[in-house]
Amino acid sequence: MRYLTARKRAEGKGASHTGTEHHWYMTVSAVGLACIVPLFIFIFGRALGSSHEEVQAIFSRPFTAVLTALVLLVGLRHFAKGAQMMIEDYAQGTTRKLLVMFVIGLSYVVTGFGLFALAKIAL
Amino acid sequence: MVQLTLPKNSRVRTGKTWPKPEGATNVRKFQIYRWNPDDGENPRVDTYFVDMDKCGPMILDALIKIKNEIDPTLTFRRSCREGICGSCAMNIDGINTLACIYGMDEVKSDTVKIYPLPHMPVVKDLIPDLTHFYAQHASIMPWLETKTNRPAKEWKQSIEDRKKLDGLYECVMCASCSTSCPSYWWNGDKYLGPAALLHAYRWIIDSRDEATGERLDDLEDPFKLYRCHTIMNCAKTCPKGLNPAKAIAEIKRMLVNRTV
Repeated sequence: MRYLTARKRAEGKGASHTGTEHHWYMTVSAVGLACIVPLFIFIFGRALGSSHEEVQAIFSRPFTAVLTALVLLVGLRHFAKGAQMMIEDYAQGTTRKLLVMFVIGLSYVVTGFGLFALAKIAL
Repeated sequence: MVQLTLPKNSRVRTGKTWPKPEGATNVRKFQIYRWNPDDGENPRVDTYFVDMDKCGPMILDALIKIKNEIDPTLTFRRSCREGICGSCAMNIDGINTLACIYGMDEVKSDTVKIYPLPHMPVVKDLIPDLTHFYAQHASIMPWLETKTNRPAKEWKQSIEDRKKLDGLYECVMCASCSTSCPSYWWNGDKYLGPAALLHAYRWIIDSRDEATGERLDDLEDPFKLYRCHTIMNCAKTCPKGLNPAKAIAEIKRMLVNRTV
C-alpha cells in the first residue's frame, strides 16, 4: 500500500512521447499489405499443385520474387508490431517484456528463413 | 491486466427475493447488484418486484421507488434526473447508461438487471469508485490555457470555431464510455479512456487555447492514447449520443500530421 494521491497515480511517469511512429507504420503497412497480399495469394494459389520445376520458374521471375520478399518483410514487421500491441493489452511486467521480445525475435527468424527459402528457389 | 475470472470475494451470489406488491396486476421484476463493504459478505443479486402502475417511466423512478417503499438500504447516486449531472450511470440490461434517461420500455427482457459500471472498484451497491477516473480527467488540464496577456474584455471566438466544440462539450463525465471500453478495463491505470480523451480533444481544438502543442505532447504515449483500438463501445453506449472514438481518432490524426 502506497500513500499516493489520485492525481499522482493518474499522471504516472508522464508521457513517453512515442507511439505515433508505431501507429503510422501500422496504418501504412496495412494499406500496403491490402494491395500485395491478394496478389501474392493469387500467384501462390496458381502455383499450388504444380511440379517443382514449374514452381521454381514462377518464383524465379523478378516480379514474383520481389513480391514474395515484400510480403515476408512487410507482413512480418506488421505481425511483430501488431502482436506487440496485443501483448501490451493483455500482459504486464516481466511477462509483457519477455513476450514482446519473443514475438519480435520470432518475426525476424521467420523473415530470415523465408528470405533464405525464396533465394534458394529464385536464384 | 486482463482478468477472466472474478476474485473469490467478488463472486456474485443469489440474494434475497422481496415479496411482490399486494394487489398489483402490472408487476415488473428487478434484479439488482448489492454489496455492502461493512458486512464482509460477497456481492449478491437481490430480486424486487415493482408495481408499474404506480411507478414513473424511467429506470431511476423504479430505483427510487424501491428505495422509498421496499428496501431503504439500496444505495445509488442520483441528482438531476434529466441526464445533465451524470450521477446515475450504471449498467442496465447490459448497457452502460444513465438510469434517469433510460426508459423502462427500452429494456427488452421481462427482468431488469442492474449492476454498477463494470470493472470499477465498488464503494457500495450501485456506486463505483470514480476517484482515478476524475484524476485522469484533471490530468488533461480541462481548462483554457493561454500565454497571451488577458484581453480587456473576453477571449473572442468565431461562430465557426465555436461550432467545432459541438459534440464534445456536452459530455457529462458519467464514465459510461470509459467503463465500456475493454482497453480501459485491462489498462485503466495508464490508458486515459474515452471520456478523458474526448475532453482533451475538446481543449486541443478550442481556438482560444494556446497550449495545443503541450497538450499533444502529454498525450503522445503508447498507453495514454494509443490503447484505443477503435472498438467503438464508447460511441455505442454514450447516453448523450457523443462519439469519443472519433475525438480520439482526431487526436491521432493531429499527432501524425505533426510527425509526418
